[in-house]
This record gives sequence, C-alpha cells and structure tokens, in this order.
Amino acid sequence: MSEVKLFGAWFSPYVKRVEMALNLKGVEYEYIEEDLKNKSPLFLQYNPITKLVPVLVHNGKPIFESTVILEYIDETWEGPSIFPKDPYDRAMSRFWAKFVEDKCSDPLWKACWAAGEEREKAKKEAEEALKILENEIKGKKFFGGDNIGLVDYVANYIAFWIPLLQDVVGFHILTQDKFPNIWKWCYELCNDSFVKKNLPEKEKVSSGLKRAVETGSLY
Amino acid sequence: MADDLKLLRTWSSPYALRVVHALKIKGLEYETVLEDITRKSASLLEYNPLHKKVPVLLHNGRPVCESLVILEYIDDVYKQPPLLPQDPHEKAMARFWAQFGDDKVMPSTWRVFTSEGKDQEEAIGPLTENLKFLEEQLKGKSFFGGEAIGYVDLAFGWMGNLISILEEIIDLKLVDAEKFPLLSAWINKFSDDPVIKAFWPPRDKMVEKFKAMREHFLKQVP
Repeated sequence: MSEVKLFGAWFSPYVKRVEMALNLKGVEYEYIEEDLKNKSPLFLQYNPITKLVPVLVHNGKPIFESTVILEYIDETWEGPSIFPKDPYDRAMSRFWAKFVEDKCSDPLWKACWAAGEEREKAKKEAEEALKILENEIKGKKFFGGDNIGLVDYVANYIAFWIPLLQDVVGFHILTQDKFPNIWKWCYELCNDSFVKKNLPEKEKVSSGLKRAVETGSLY
Repeated sequence: MADDLKLLRTWSSPYALRVVHALKIKGLEYETVLEDITRKSASLLEYNPLHKKVPVLLHNGRPVCESLVILEYIDDVYKQPPLLPQDPHEKAMARFWAQFGDDKVMPSTWRVFTSEGKDQEEAIGPLTENLKFLEEQLKGKSFFGGEAIGYVDLAFGWMGNLISILEEIIDLKLVDAEKFPLLSAWINKFSDDPVIKAFWPPRDKMVEKFKAMREHFLKQVP
C-alpha cells in the first residue's frame, strides 16, 4: 500500500493544483498544513532545497515543484489524464504551461503588488501575454479541450486568485471587456463541479490578501 | 516516410546546444538552420511567433519550442538511449533539477558575471549555495544521469564550456575545484566527452561575445 503525504498551504494555487490532481486520480493522502512563517523541521528535511510548498512525499521520497509533481501524479496513478497522450500534444501543453506561468501569472501578480513605473511595466507585459492567451482559448471550453488539462491546472492562478487580488488592490488588468474569452474560461473553470471542490473559500482568500496588502507580508 | 528533423539555432546559444547534444546522443540526422539573432528569419518568426527565440525543432514541419520541452519531446518520440531516468521518482527529480538550473543556477551565475566590486561579492553567496546542491547530487555518480550523460547533464551543459570562459573574463573562480571537487570533475568529464566536445562553439568567439556582454551590463548600472 502506498503512503502519500502532501505538505501545503491552504491559500497556495500551486498546492491546490496538486490537490486537484491527487483527487482526480482518487489518491488517498495525508495533508499537512505548513506554517510558512515557521516551517517544520520535518518539512525542511524533505525539502531543504527550495523550502517551498507543495512537496509531495510518496513512500518516503519527496518531489517538489508543482508542475513536476503533476507529471509524477499523472505517470504514477491510473485515472483521467492530466497530460495529453500524444508526444506532440504533450510538448504543446508543456510549452503553454510554461508560457502561462512565466509570462502571464508572474507579471499579473507583480502588477498588483507594485507601484508606479514598475506596475506599468508589469501591466504591459501581462496584457501582451494575455492577448496571446485570449487567442489560444478561443473556441475552447478549457485549454485542455472539452476536459481540463495541464494548462488549466497551471492557469488556476489566473482563473481564481488573480480576480480576487485585483479586487482587493483595486487594479484590474484581466477584465471581461478586454479579455472576454479568458474571462469565460475563468468562469467555466471555477464553476466546474470537480474544480470547484478543489478551490479554497473566496472570502478566506480575499481576507488573507487584504491582510497581506495591509501588512506588506504575504504570510 | 523518413522523419524530417530541422533545428533552428544560433552559433552560440547554450539552449540550442542542449538539443544538438540530445540529437547526437539519440543518433538522429537533422538539418541545421543557423539564425542571426539580430536579423531573425521569416521561418523563425513563423515557427516561434511567441518568443522569437532559438532553439526551435521542426519535426515533419511541426515546431517545438523551449529547449527543455524539446528534450522531453525527443525523449518521448525516440526512446533509445533514454535521456530521462526510467524510475518515476528519479525522473521527477531530474525534471526538478533541470528547472532549478534554469531558475536558480543560471541567474545566480549571471549575477556574479555581470557585476563588480561589492555587488559581485554579494552575488557570490547565493551562487555558492546553489552549487553546493549540485555537488551533493553528484555523490557516487559520474554524471547527473548516473553512468551516462542524461537529461540533467544536458540541462547543465552550459556549464561545460561557459564556466571557464566566464572565469577567464572576470578573473574569478566560480567553480573552485577544492570547494566543488565533484562538480569540477563533472565539468571536465562532460565537456571532454566526444559527443559533447564536437559541438562546442569556437572559444575565442565566445570569450569576445561574453566580454562584450559584461561590458554592456556594467555600463547599465547607475
């Protein structure tokens, strides 16, 4: 019988995507909430390298980085797929997942937290990337097609966390007006019956973000 | 129908070299298309409109971009010899280390290389910390991949020729053989491997290029 542990933080989109993957495959696991201001010795033993959540521990062996964990879960357990089966489609998924993470999520996040010139620069970067993403999702329910796939998992950040953060800081880049296709996809993803069960409570996340804005610290 | 493989690359891109090495290890024939990054070809812009960067692998006309994505693709399609470990946990860790290299080791090396004085001194600490992890990974192994060159070795391949070039330019040891005996040994073993060695770009051209890069960056500091 395999033993699966997941070290996480309730508000983290990276952790939530891993939880979603484990639940997709019907894997039983022990969830351990880490206090990121005061990391446990056990956690640091498993991940002394990045010291970040999520960390999946399978039969005593740790794995880090959410996209690496997603691929491990897909390869290890039976059930619906996260990655496409065809090598070329798999390569395209990996490419778009990287694009979402590096070019969309990052600048969107930065733009919300920054000010002045830095904010404008991040906003411009985010908008350029979102224009590309807007085109990519056109005519599709999810990035994965009819079912959610890797890119949807990685873009969970944009679908759920970014709209909440935008409201809290009062600075909106991703809007229905400017990006109607992405906006529609956000709605589809967050209201999908399976995904919905794997998202944290909106009010809890908003309060957490408000507190972070006031204190200047995320944790 | 024989597979048609084309690789769009520049003479010096370390990312493109990953793919060159991978194709050689797999024994694959392909056509090279050399790009001038200052004057990108219509093909490059067509096949990688998003990033407009090399490398781009064209397989029967279909483009794959991003060097690590290309390595995984090659390994998926052409199984022998495998680049990634077969054991699922080792495979996951290989993917992690490759990302760690790009996200942490490369930028921290670059920070030391493009700074001077106090800034450079401060940049050395983070680089040292990152290199310690790599040193640890090589314990009991010839290569990151074990007995043979694998995915992680190719991901760190840029260190094979670039480290000594950067060290020469800034007159500073980045990978000290005393502090990092295993990593130093790996750099030598990797860069001398006949499969790898054959493709190193001309050293004098590289020194010239990186010297100019360092000067450019130093000028930008207020």
